[in-house]
Amino acid sequence: MQNRFPLRALLMASAVSMAALAPAAWAETPADTLVVAAQIDDIISMDPAQSFEFSGQNVINNLYDQLVDFDPMDMQAGIKPSLAEGWEVSEDGKTITFTIRDGVTFQSGNPVRAEDAAWSLQRAVKLNKSPAFILTQFGLTPENVDQMVTFEGNRLTLTLDQPYAQSYVLNCLSAEVASVVDKETVMGHAEGEDFGNTWLSTNSAGSGPFSLGTWRPNEMVQFVANAGYFQGAPAMARVIVRHVQESSAQRLLLEQGDIDVAWNLTPTDVDGIAGNDKLATGNEPKGRILYMGLSQKDPLLQNPAVIEAMKYLVDYSGMEQSFLKGQWKTHQNFLPEGYLGAAEENPWSYDVEKAKKILTDAGITSGTVKTAIRDIPEYINVAQTLQNAMAQAGLTLEIQQMTGAQVLDAYRARQVPIFLGEWGPDYADPNTNASTFAYNPNNADDAGISQLAWRNSWAVPDAMNKAVVDATLEGDTDKRVQMYLDIQKEYREIAPIIPLFQKIEQVGMQKNVQNWRTGGAVSSAMYRQVTKE
Amino acid sequence: MSRAETASGGGQGQPPVTPPANMPPEDATSHRGARFRKRARSVGGLLLSLALTLLGLLLVTFIIGRIMPIDPVLKVVGERASQAQYDAAYQAMGLDKPIWQQFLRYVAEVLQGDFGRSISTGHPVAEDLKRVFPATVELATLGTLIGVCVGVPLGVIAAARRGGWVDQVARVVALVGYSMPIFWLGLMGLLLFYGMLGWIGGPGRQGIIYDGMVPTVTGMILIDSLIAGDWGAFRDAFSHIVLPASLLGYFSLAYISRMTRSFMLEQLSAEYVTTARVKGLSETRVVWAHAFRNILVPLVTVIALSFGGLLEGSVLTEIVFSWPGIGQYITKALLAGDMNAVLGGTVLVGACFVALNLLSDVLYRFLDPRAS
Repeated sequence: MQNRFPLRALLMASAVSMAALAPAAWAETPADTLVVAAQIDDIISMDPAQSFEFSGQNVINNLYDQLVDFDPMDMQAGIKPSLAEGWEVSEDGKTITFTIRDGVTFQSGNPVRAEDAAWSLQRAVKLNKSPAFILTQFGLTPENVDQMVTFEGNRLTLTLDQPYAQSYVLNCLSAEVASVVDKETVMGHAEGEDFGNTWLSTNSAGSGPFSLGTWRPNEMVQFVANAGYFQGAPAMARVIVRHVQESSAQRLLLEQGDIDVAWNLTPTDVDGIAGNDKLATGNEPKGRILYMGLSQKDPLLQNPAVIEAMKYLVDYSGMEQSFLKGQWKTHQNFLPEGYLGAAEENPWSYDVEKAKKILTDAGITSGTVKTAIRDIPEYINVAQTLQNAMAQAGLTLEIQQMTGAQVLDAYRARQVPIFLGEWGPDYADPNTNASTFAYNPNNADDAGISQLAWRNSWAVPDAMNKAVVDATLEGDTDKRVQMYLDIQKEYREIAPIIPLFQKIEQVGMQKNVQNWRTGGAVSSAMYRQVTKE
Repeated sequence: MSRAETASGGGQGQPPVTPPANMPPEDATSHRGARFRKRARSVGGLLLSLALTLLGLLLVTFIIGRIMPIDPVLKVVGERASQAQYDAAYQAMGLDKPIWQQFLRYVAEVLQGDFGRSISTGHPVAEDLKRVFPATVELATLGTLIGVCVGVPLGVIAAARRGGWVDQVARVVALVGYSMPIFWLGLMGLLLFYGMLGWIGGPGRQGIIYDGMVPTVTGMILIDSLIAGDWGAFRDAFSHIVLPASLLGYFSLAYISRMTRSFMLEQLSAEYVTTARVKGLSETRVVWAHAFRNILVPLVTVIALSFGGLLEGSVLTEIVFSWPGIGQYITKALLAGDMNAVLGGTVLVGACFVALNLLSDVLYRFLDPRAS
């Protein structure tokens, strides 16, 4: 019987190890710490002049202030003063002078000066990384930016190449790329001509409500509260965002009380926590638009009757209530809810008979068209629902599944007849979407531009191109809003690009978490107002 | 077979082979000298083959890096860069040089421990690897330990009692281990032991409160917390690692137990075992002291390979348990077209395989007297 010994030893060993674990105390996060589980593996840099990923922006928004910003507790109010306490626009509308708030300091202790603010904008333009176009669209270039952005005393002067709408410029200056960084600290870490980019990629030097405690890529980001924050110290002394890839793992952590917020729950897991009286869910509409692009290279899709009929062949409410539940809501305009000038009308509904009538009136009884979609369930479901509806109207939809990169390549080469995909706005001004959905001055194959209208080979009418440009120059904000409403109205009538849904960010959280804000459609996450009761 | 058995027989039968007593002394000296030279030569040959293997590894990774349909410059400067920026980066990366010069530069950099900067994390690759690899090593070591401690006895007993209940159980265990998706097992394990019973820690390497409390020495939290003498942190880290390590252990157990069983069956049917039994040795002695000692050499290879496999990182396990290891790191880098990180990770894993091979080579010499 001696040969049983190893087994017995093993049982003993496991019993001992289990005993060592036994008292797994009920986990509750510390009262002054906010613990978040999220997918944060897209972060590649913490430098505001470089970062352009969702998760990176969510971090940077809490580390830095901009000249102007949104109030997390009142997003509807639009742009408000932040590090700039006020601004004046010159007579010709080409110069904006900002007065920098007095007495604000960076986390290093250095004062926030107009010099820092000017240098930060110059730096972002000169580094010319992905998000720099948000600033360079106003005529700033690495060569001229030292003349276009200047400072004197506590005043910063920004000169533009055109008299842009004030709201347009200010909305863009709320972007993370326009964050004010601590010049002295950053230049102390500069290597060669990099303006401290290498150092700032993994460190923070801002005046924001938090500083960067630790960042372990693909693992966690830890924020430490800035007790001296000029708008008041955050309630949370620490915020920890952990990378948890799986929705089910996020849910488990939430149910066990190990985290306060689970950021990326699938509809199934949101339903799963619905009955738990310790937990709550939060919904915020975000900026992403799911749309259907009908390529104007395809002879069938060129027909206005087909474009019109397609609008009635989408089962908006059916999808919204089934596989898109809680994640997307019907939205048939290219400006997302939350944006200046966003239209609220959703005129189309699922109506196969009506679509059929439109088609037969135009003499169309059959036809075949292709779609190339990303091979993820959400898109496959949308495409199949559409395929089914089109079949009832006599149209055949051939679905081709590809990887995201393949679809994007084909789309950029203008080779996708029906494109189903998402568009996320780049900055907080309506022009970000107007200039891509409704602007295409050169429809040639070699135009080398990447607007969505161009990708769908849609030659936008001259009047609409002009309206989009004019709207960026309209100084009166009310008039500007009306211009966008008009553009969207016409767009609904003629455009072969059909916005379908707007993204909703749905999170699960502990009931005691209050004021959780992910920045709505126009901004990124903000933690300074979050409290735990 | 019988000679190996004699040599490792632990006092049974003949004593280990020694030079004949009647050999002249000067002959013995020259014999020793020859043996020393032979050993030096074999060590030298080993080192040479090691260096060649590593060089080959570098060459292959370098070629893979060059034929990947990814523009490394575009990845660095971004899609909106001007032609001038692009050209500057192209030259800075040395891509305008002949390919052999690029390779020499690459080898020189790697030898200095410089794998470049990762595009997808913004950190130097060497720094990233220093962070993610210990996480994988910790998990893989514990997993292999479990696999060996359970799998080897299970395999031996299954062979000794062929067709008995232990054998049947071992077969089912191995079959389940091979065929269960680890993704599902991991989630179910979490649900049961973490979600319902609360016995273990959740996804991640540590509880939030312990994160960053223990100074990093080895990067392996279990060891670091022991060094710091922080029992709370140790228990916390153990409660987090125990489930993923057990799962990995289960998978390597399935493999190790099957291999052990077949090695043992071969030995148990050998003549020297019959001889030992005839001599009247107890069955335990026959199995463990005679047959088992003779399977150690192939067993070491199996264990080393299985350990090496785990060192590559088990991507699915790492995802389910939010374990920031090298598997996730390389996969993510590959998807992002981050070639520096992919090559750095591949070279490291490759070097580990080479090192494991070397280690098992050395172990052979201990375990099998004929090999030295």
